[in-house]
Amino acid sequence: MSNQTKHWEKSRGLLFITLAIWFVFSIGIFLFGAEMNEVTGPFGYPWTYWFTCQGSLGIFVILIFWFANRQEKIDEEFGFSEREDEE
Amino acid sequence: MKGSFIDNLPRIYGIYTGGFIGFIVIMAIAEQMGLSAKAIGIAFVAFTVFIYALIGYLSRTAQADAYYVAGRQVPTVFNGMATAADWMSGASFVAMAGGIYFKGYGYMALLVGWTGGYVLVASLLAPYLRKFGCYTVPDFIGTRYGGNLARFCAVVVLTVASFTYVTAQINATGTIASVALDIPFQYAVYIGLISILLCSMLGGMRGVTWTQVAQYIVLIIAYLLPVFWISNKMGAGFFPHFMLADEVARIGELEQQFGFVANSKEDLALVPKGLAGITKAHSAVNATPWAFISLALAMMMGTASLPHVMMRYFTTPSVKAARKSVGWSLFFIFLLYSSAPMLATLSKLSLIDPTLSTGIIGKSIAEVQAIDWYQNWNQANLMFISDFNGNGTVELNEFFMGGKAVVLATPEIAGLPYVISGLVAAGGMAAAMSTADGLILAIANAISHDVYYKIIDPKAETAKRLVVARVLLVVIGFAGATIAAMEIQGILGSVIWAFDFAMSGLFFPLVLGVWWKRANRQGAIAGMILGLVSGAWYLVWVRSGGSGFLGITQLTFGIFGSAVSLVSMVIVSLMTQEPDKATQKMVDNVRVPSGKTILGKQH
Repeated sequence: MSNQTKHWEKSRGLLFITLAIWFVFSIGIFLFGAEMNEVTGPFGYPWTYWFTCQGSLGIFVILIFWFANRQEKIDEEFGFSEREDEE
Repeated sequence: MKGSFIDNLPRIYGIYTGGFIGFIVIMAIAEQMGLSAKAIGIAFVAFTVFIYALIGYLSRTAQADAYYVAGRQVPTVFNGMATAADWMSGASFVAMAGGIYFKGYGYMALLVGWTGGYVLVASLLAPYLRKFGCYTVPDFIGTRYGGNLARFCAVVVLTVASFTYVTAQINATGTIASVALDIPFQYAVYIGLISILLCSMLGGMRGVTWTQVAQYIVLIIAYLLPVFWISNKMGAGFFPHFMLADEVARIGELEQQFGFVANSKEDLALVPKGLAGITKAHSAVNATPWAFISLALAMMMGTASLPHVMMRYFTTPSVKAARKSVGWSLFFIFLLYSSAPMLATLSKLSLIDPTLSTGIIGKSIAEVQAIDWYQNWNQANLMFISDFNGNGTVELNEFFMGGKAVVLATPEIAGLPYVISGLVAAGGMAAAMSTADGLILAIANAISHDVYYKIIDPKAETAKRLVVARVLLVVIGFAGATIAAMEIQGILGSVIWAFDFAMSGLFFPLVLGVWWKRANRQGAIAGMILGLVSGAWYLVWVRSGGSGFLGITQLTFGIFGSAVSLVSMVIVSLMTQEPDKATQKMVDNVRVPSGKTILGKQH
């Protein structure tokens, strides 16, 4: 298997993990919106209410930075990271 | 100052922010000394628009790559701010808190959708399109799939989606300019348009980038300052985001106590158009899971297909920077979006809690009618009370408000000085202008670069190309303003439609272009045409009384459109020949960050 194929397989693996986390916090938890809202969550807000106005949004921000760092590591591992002088 | 402009950015925008805060302080002092509310409003809007125009003038350029992609040297964090301003429209600024105020949980699907979409942008598209080195989104479609027809289809989808969106933004600039400057809406629309064009015409993407950063700073100060101030003034907590749980619970109690009384048709006919009462619970789950999820999903996929957002990531210096920049964009958006529900909570509680001095529920009709702010906003057609049951006091179901009033009127209701209202007007103007600029530029660039240069006259000189681009900018702007002046659809409705159009036609052709090597020209063309047509058909069908299916409404028709797009694209691709070796090699190259971009620096 060539270097490039391995790089792409690993990148694709990272994509699936990222999309799985994304799916849970954008769609998955809202299947149980009514049940989840009965429970008190962070700062005393009901859980579902908190997720819609802070939780999911904040998780997305962290998720993107985490994804960007992981992808940079993968690029470095296979020698595909950009050099500064390139353009 | 030493060093290049880019090195000095933090200092330049630091001075700018300080200057703006200084301006707010001067206005506050002037208000104490007796400057009229109207003069303050005019000063805020005129001063900020003048600064943007100045930045637009200083960013003028005659270079194609500066005009189309700001020379690809916008640093990560600044591109994040510019994207946030590009993204947060007049709807986010003026209408979002109102939507949450009236519709509660069902509406908050938009908060999740309009942020979650960035995960798709970061992981599926932005870094790869940056590596591609395109100037516009149709540039990617045209080169990846080959052929003028594919390129042209992409331009059509882009234009339909962005044009739907831009009329709403010009409408919003017009509304704010007409209130702040006190001139009729039909003229205010064109004043808004001219301010928009001043930012983008001379400098293209470069001008838009640096004005959008300036606009972000204005709009975020204008949104956060009142939220924190009101929260502190009400004693609700000095950091509202972490401290409003009691207030949210209190609204729930009051809702129980008052009950949601349905008004009769005859009574509602007396309420001015566009105003609504509180009929849905504030924090309870009041939508079915599918209603919530389908709306969030449509907005997420739409986010990843809207060209004016995607093209912001073409301006970063590297692929790595493009990825990080998406994270910063969402962070800056998060600052405003997480504050909107807090503003809705504060606004609602201050109006309905009888134990607060600002509360009007339970007061006598005559008493409320005598309040200054009620008279002002009633005159502006944004507030209305009526004694339906004839008992002399205002009940929850007898109080009506426009969605915009939550952002525009709450500072005044809470007793903040008028300088804050002027600031909010400047913020709304910044939000609507920055989005309108991004959209008009996206359309004009696609037509000038992809249709004129790539299809009609590939030998055109740079100077001639840029003249065409600027003429188109003005033409599209005026077309948008003319339609906006007719006031056909509300601000929020047309914004949501734009997302649905974009996802119907562009989501899968873009994503599969990177992630599926087998996708070919015929498939992409089928996906774009059938996706857009079926989405539009569904919208027309539901609007004209059709029942719809699977709970897909006129706000989520993109789910149907994109499903058709996916199926037709896969089937047609598999039935026709696979892409040639050169195209497959190109896709391989897009997938690694290092090395040269696919399209050259000048193309």
